[in-house]
Amino acid sequence: MTSNQYDAVVIGAGHNGLIAAAYLARAGKKVCVLERREVVGGAAVTAEPFPGYRFSQFSYVVSLLRPEIIRDLELPRHGLKILPLPSTVTPMDNGDYLAAWDDHDLTRQELYRHSPRDAEASDEYGRVMARAAKAIKPILGLVPPDPSSMSPRDMLRMLKVGQYAKSLSEKELYQIAKLLTQSAADLLNDWFEFDPLKGTKSASGIIGTFLGPNSPGTAYVLLHHYMGEIDGAFRAWGFCKNGNGGVTQAIASSARALGVDIRTNASVQQVIVKGGRASGVALANGDELQAKVVISAADPKRSFLQFVEQKHLPGEFVEQIKNFRVRGSSGKVNIALSELPDFTCLPGENALHRGAISISPSMEYIERAYDEAKYGQFAKNPYIDMIIPSMIDRDMAPPGHHVMSCFVQYAPYDIEGGWDDAKRDAFGETVISTIERYAPNIRRAIVGKQVITPKDIEMIAGITGGNIFHGELLLHQLFFLRPAPQWADFRTPLPGYYFGASGAHPGGGVMGAAGKLAAQEVLKDWK
Amino acid sequence: MSSLPQFQLKHTPFHERTSNLSLPQNWRRWAGHIVVGSYDLHVEREYWAIRDAVAMIDVSPLMKYMIEGPDAARLLDKLVPRDIGKMAVGQVGYTGWCDDEGKLLDDGTISRLSDNTFRLTSAEPSLRWLSMNAVGLDVSVTEVTEKMGALSLQGPKSRTVLNKVCGKSLDKLKYFRVMENTLAGRKVTISRTGYTGDLGFEIWMDVADALAVWDALMEAGRDYGIVPCGILAMDMARVEAGLFMIDVDYTAANHAWIEGQKSSPLEMGLDWAVHLDKPAYFVGRRALEREQAAGSAWKLMGFEVDWAGMEPLFAKVGLPPQIPAMAVRGSLPVMHEGKQVGYASTSTWSPVLKTYIALVHLQRPYYEPGTKLSMEVTVEHKRLHAPGKVVKLPFYEPEWKKK
Repeated sequence: MTSNQYDAVVIGAGHNGLIAAAYLARAGKKVCVLERREVVGGAAVTAEPFPGYRFSQFSYVVSLLRPEIIRDLELPRHGLKILPLPSTVTPMDNGDYLAAWDDHDLTRQELYRHSPRDAEASDEYGRVMARAAKAIKPILGLVPPDPSSMSPRDMLRMLKVGQYAKSLSEKELYQIAKLLTQSAADLLNDWFEFDPLKGTKSASGIIGTFLGPNSPGTAYVLLHHYMGEIDGAFRAWGFCKNGNGGVTQAIASSARALGVDIRTNASVQQVIVKGGRASGVALANGDELQAKVVISAADPKRSFLQFVEQKHLPGEFVEQIKNFRVRGSSGKVNIALSELPDFTCLPGENALHRGAISISPSMEYIERAYDEAKYGQFAKNPYIDMIIPSMIDRDMAPPGHHVMSCFVQYAPYDIEGGWDDAKRDAFGETVISTIERYAPNIRRAIVGKQVITPKDIEMIAGITGGNIFHGELLLHQLFFLRPAPQWADFRTPLPGYYFGASGAHPGGGVMGAAGKLAAQEVLKDWK
Repeated sequence: MSSLPQFQLKHTPFHERTSNLSLPQNWRRWAGHIVVGSYDLHVEREYWAIRDAVAMIDVSPLMKYMIEGPDAARLLDKLVPRDIGKMAVGQVGYTGWCDDEGKLLDDGTISRLSDNTFRLTSAEPSLRWLSMNAVGLDVSVTEVTEKMGALSLQGPKSRTVLNKVCGKSLDKLKYFRVMENTLAGRKVTISRTGYTGDLGFEIWMDVADALAVWDALMEAGRDYGIVPCGILAMDMARVEAGLFMIDVDYTAANHAWIEGQKSSPLEMGLDWAVHLDKPAYFVGRRALEREQAAGSAWKLMGFEVDWAGMEPLFAKVGLPPQIPAMAVRGSLPVMHEGKQVGYASTSTWSPVLKTYIALVHLQRPYYEPGTKLSMEVTVEHKRLHAPGKVVKLPFYEPEWKKK
């Protein structure tokens, strides 16, 4: 019989929960991770809905996973392999295409074909964004200070951020200030003229937010995605061997090796509070686990409005969590294929199939897609980011066959009349017919398809609102405001209860920083 | 898997010839093109053609811009530290250009083809920078990189060979001047310029005429020992000539990650091309005035390794000195009494001088000619320091270069 006494209990076996648990176990603590589902991984899971065809069910690329986490938890030894995703091709409506290859000369040559001016601007834009990313990156690793606090701890942290900011040139500071406040459209119009280029670049500014390219604040999201980093070098997105479930399987394996207990089918009912402190959790099946600390790696709404009785929390904090924006805006269509999609713009099997294919002909196209979502409809002409994992990792599909992953925006969580099977089917059909315009053989190649709406993300992965970042990357929900003012240091108003998920600083993506930082704060407080 | 035409680096207009002649097929990348590294299995023959006969180098990847209109001179005068007003028609001027902090963005040549027509060459794409600064001026900027082929004919016999195939004699064309001419009946412009520090010419032509010009020169040069020459041999010659290279010997200010990586034209020894007495404002002027007054913290200089001082380092392990036979683009620390005071950015064996030389960046006050310093050499996996001295650039300048 397993004991139910732990030093720490972590709620949720997504990547952040597993990382937090592994770091605590590494420091010698006895840790248990509780997972509601039958599988670990959270939103980073690989599923096989059709025999032989495997999909990264929700999140599907890796770029921000912190290199120090990979090293600390020895993830390569536990099977982590991140394969390159070397290009992005945007099919155009006139039958041409725009490609960005992973080679500077080729990309420049390709863009030059469409706009010599943009070809040069793109070089400079890339350097400005990379420098800004480099400038902001160290801040991601720091616990956000509370600027209103006079406590020595916060003062010291403020000083660190301040010292860092001082090392930037005045020009860089202006650029960063602008990036933090502008819309993606304003930023890109400052630099470029070619619509498919602007459309494709702007897409990174709206992913996972309920905003359009013209909404202020989207320039920062663009930068957030720009910080793709693999092995410590600035790079683009990568694809995890075995899908994104491969990431969480590696972390889980590392955690187990460090002595962490991982329990699946273990749904948490409530955090137990004794003497004003979190002292364990009660499971839905009636079991109780005692622990010195509890760490939630669920979304902010679940963590504070569901697991904890509200009487234990300050009213203002509860209000702030209620107001935290978690509007899901995207869906996913995973397609099993008997043959590769044949794109009219680049016929036959070719390099395009090894990278991302982006349906983003212009910023206006994406803004119009947003317009429909704003008023409760899914976009009839959506932005789609496709990859064909079986072209990168042959183990993802049976020989000769393929799987295709389509990230689709916009699909509002709050669709008019609510999501049902008919609407899900219609959404899937919209995506297929959109792709069909560029790859006419797609329909006959379909062996099976899985359509995932924001409601499904909520139901399956347990993320309130189905927002892929556990809360939109809006400026008022970042840094020392994530998830709430004064509570961005992974502690919560309930002593002994910590919060380390994508809804905490520094935000979403398969990054793992929140889980690691939360564990570090727990260890600092350990008595 | 079909290979896309777009998935290839660009070929120069001479590719049909160069690709058949290169024995080692050691392609190098240059501004989005592939060019021949060397034609022979050893670079010596190509190198000695530059210094003793005539070498033909495909330099087509150079970025080329036509700047035309009543304000053409004004635009250039605003961009570069050189006084464009003092350039006569038919003159070519080498110059660097800066950002507002007076740090080098790029370097190249400006040819004044007529009062209101200039051709600028650069290493990096510059269309955006030129267009941005042309706002409000009556000038047009056109990129002609892909429309023109360029051959560099370098070496003491280069003039003789050209005179055999050109409509007009090159005898009167002075150093850093340009002329219209015909070559094998094709229209060309010829400038007395190059990247080797020897007697030499660069021939600019329409891409349609490229192969005809190549063939005519090879034919005319046969009796004078003409050798097609790759960029590896040119790299050795340019170090001897004290000529630096962007992204090797300096980092373009807009590519730099940190301030310390940037260089000013004064630090790079271009004082002679920075005309602070010119009337017009130019980008970076104020910063360069300040630097001029205060003196530069760094200088690009030459460094000659003292062979006799280096020999014992190798002799100790039973070896003669081992020096790479080609130019090495890698940083080597330069020391003064055990303390690092600079670094070499390109080093090479100089076949003509029989000396191991390097382009070095030195901190004040160590950049005075004659200063004794030492440079890192690797002896059987051990990092040691070979003695040597700071010298003025260029290392090598034959009397016929400017004659």
